Amino acid sequence: MLAYVVRRVLYAIPILIGVNLITFALFFVVNSPDDMARMQLGVKRVTPEAIQKWKAERGYDKPLAWNAEAAGLAKVTDTIFFAKSVRMFAFDFGRADDGRDISREIRTRMVPSLAVAVPVFILGLYVSISFALLLVFFRATYLDVGGVVLCVAMMSISSLFYIIGGQWLVSKVWHLVPISGYAGGLDAVKFLVLPVLINVIAGIGSSARLYRTLFLEEVNRDYVRTAMAKGLPELTMLFRHVLRNALIPILTGVVVVIPLLFMGSLITESFFGIPGLGSYTIDAINAQDFAVVRAMVFIGSCLYILGLLLTDLSYTLVDPRVRLE
Amino acid sequence: MIAFKPVLLWSDLLLLLLLAAIAASGAWASRQEHLRAAWARVGRSRSGMAAATLLAAFVLVGIVDSMHYRTLLPGKDGKPGAYSVEVNSALDALLAGLRNRTEKTYSAPLATHLYAKESVEGPEGSAAGREFPRLKHGGAHLGAELDRHSADVAASAFRGLALGLAAWLPLAMVFAILKRRRPGTAWEAVSATLLTLALLGGPAAALAGGYHVLGTDKVGQDVLYLTLKSIRTGLLIGTLTTLIMLPAAVLLGILAGYLGGWVDDLIQYLYTTLNSIPGVLLIAAAVLMMQVLIDTHPEAFATAADRADARLLALCAILGVTSWTGLCRLLRGETLKLREMDYVQAARAFGVGRLAIMLRHILPNVMHIVIIALVMDFSGLVLAEAVLSYVGIGVDPNTVSFGTMINAARMELAREPMVWWSLAAAFCFMFALVLSANLFSDAVRDAFDPRMSHR
Repeated sequence: MLAYVVRRVLYAIPILIGVNLITFALFFVVNSPDDMARMQLGVKRVTPEAIQKWKAERGYDKPLAWNAEAAGLAKVTDTIFFAKSVRMFAFDFGRADDGRDISREIRTRMVPSLAVAVPVFILGLYVSISFALLLVFFRATYLDVGGVVLCVAMMSISSLFYIIGGQWLVSKVWHLVPISGYAGGLDAVKFLVLPVLINVIAGIGSSARLYRTLFLEEVNRDYVRTAMAKGLPELTMLFRHVLRNALIPILTGVVVVIPLLFMGSLITESFFGIPGLGSYTIDAINAQDFAVVRAMVFIGSCLYILGLLLTDLSYTLVDPRVRLE
Repeated sequence: MIAFKPVLLWSDLLLLLLLAAIAASGAWASRQEHLRAAWARVGRSRSGMAAATLLAAFVLVGIVDSMHYRTLLPGKDGKPGAYSVEVNSALDALLAGLRNRTEKTYSAPLATHLYAKESVEGPEGSAAGREFPRLKHGGAHLGAELDRHSADVAASAFRGLALGLAAWLPLAMVFAILKRRRPGTAWEAVSATLLTLALLGGPAAALAGGYHVLGTDKVGQDVLYLTLKSIRTGLLIGTLTTLIMLPAAVLLGILAGYLGGWVDDLIQYLYTTLNSIPGVLLIAAAVLMMQVLIDTHPEAFATAADRADARLLALCAILGVTSWTGLCRLLRGETLKLREMDYVQAARAFGVGRLAIMLRHILPNVMHIVIIALVMDFSGLVLAEAVLSYVGIGVDPNTVSFGTMINAARMELAREPMVWWSLAAAFCFMFALVLSANLFSDAVRDAFDPRMSHR
């Protein structure tokens, strides 16, 4: 087990190097820092001095990957590649365009992101599984058909409309909670209720339909039929056998997103004005703050790889038949 | 007669290519027994056929909107004029009435007055009051008889209904005959969908002559026109993305599965790496870079439409990069299974080359996965476009799309009284498009997936 984990962690290293190279290529090779400077300062009226100043402020005035003028080891370290890309492995992201330390910003913004994402994750899982179980209980009736139609209809609505509609109805017509904003401590609850609720509802359609198929696959197995034939009550069958066995693919399927909960949700956070990592990313995209976007790409990849590792481990935890060599 | 020059944007070319590919594979499939049987199963599904009809209507609008041209401007003093920098499509020409009848700003559906009060000068230029000004075009034919408004709307709508019904009847007859010939296929669903379309489209067309059926937006453009234009963007994103990623996904998936060894390791490494970058961020990074590239090379693009088109294609390409991994993994798994099959073993024993085995024995037998992936991805991509455009990393802000429409209309919900029609129109059209794509893809999956039992 431990040997497996160690090997997987080692396997993550070339992937992270790959991610790093891709982001480096995207941000510095496809467009030179000069292009970026021109873009930021306005394409037409821009002087070479202004570009030089912009590059110097951000440390983009070094050679890309090989500094022929420096001496010794500095030939490699005194370059954009080393300063901007290799340093990320130490989670040193440098400063954003507004001069703030990116790592510190990420640490403080993680909390609001998690405050939305974790309840959405848990509640969403609970509601979707319950709804799917209900449909399976009434399988092959009009209720089941109607439920599936409802799921397909719900997954055909853009998440933007859920948010816009929810904000309009709950905040504007009913005046129940503020439209957007955030506060620390217990005050946060009134700001969080609506985004959590909307995200849970928006997610029901696709996940409940998927879980229903998984449950139905389990219901049609021989052992369930045998149990039913021997007179096991329907509800006992559903909860003791079907739910427990179908939970294996469901749980292992969702484990991969757990680390990514830290990243928050781009759209929810920007619509509701929650100062989390999602809105941080969106602000960076809009302000074309490349340093922040690069940092978020790297963190997101790390978390995804962690998620893959957790998925593999979770197989052994919930399903004793799986052994990792 | 206005002279014009046809313009073939890159996306138009790819769309043509896609249509040709669909036609060719359709011709090929009709000669393959098992594929014909699968499509016949799609035909038996009522919801699938209804969805296919609706999709076909959308595709028709998209194709008409893809025939671009530039008009010849009248020359001065006998000299030949230059071609306009504005690129229009055949849809623009068809809907010229809707396109050119712009108002000043917001007006509600079927309204005769603007939605905002404006200062107007009194009759003698003295007492300036504030009132809702009349629209320039909406209900202009009524003149001063505003009390006829509702009667006129009702009459137009009724005329439209009758017209729609009249247009539908011959089609209904055709489908009734087809139903008699092939009772298995759900022609009645096609007929019913067409009836719904005719009953909705007829009144809309009749009313569009005198009113703004779905109102106007902030700069006074007709919302119905904008929604119809959005369809092409949605369709292109949904189809071109898959088209762009398809060759790579199929090639690498089959190679990884069949050859194994270091090729497999390399390809797996490639898609795990690409997959591990959060999709939105990769798209954001790539689109930002694309935008820099487009902005710093203005000489490469003749018109604004070229520029917007380049960004649209870049978005498709980068969406393709983020989404090919799923299909590639599926194909690799299926190929791993197929290579151990008896018939493949037999072919190998007879000395058939590896390339020939992959082309003749593996590729045709993974095609069902490709078809399922093609239709399943479509709806997700249309939805993704709206979100990405909202975030600001989607299509060019000048391209009309559902995302840009929602983005523009979002702020207006805070207005009092509320401007709801742009959002409602975008919602309805997008919902219809995505729902029909979802239903169609369900029907296709059920028909093509060998794991489903066909009774």
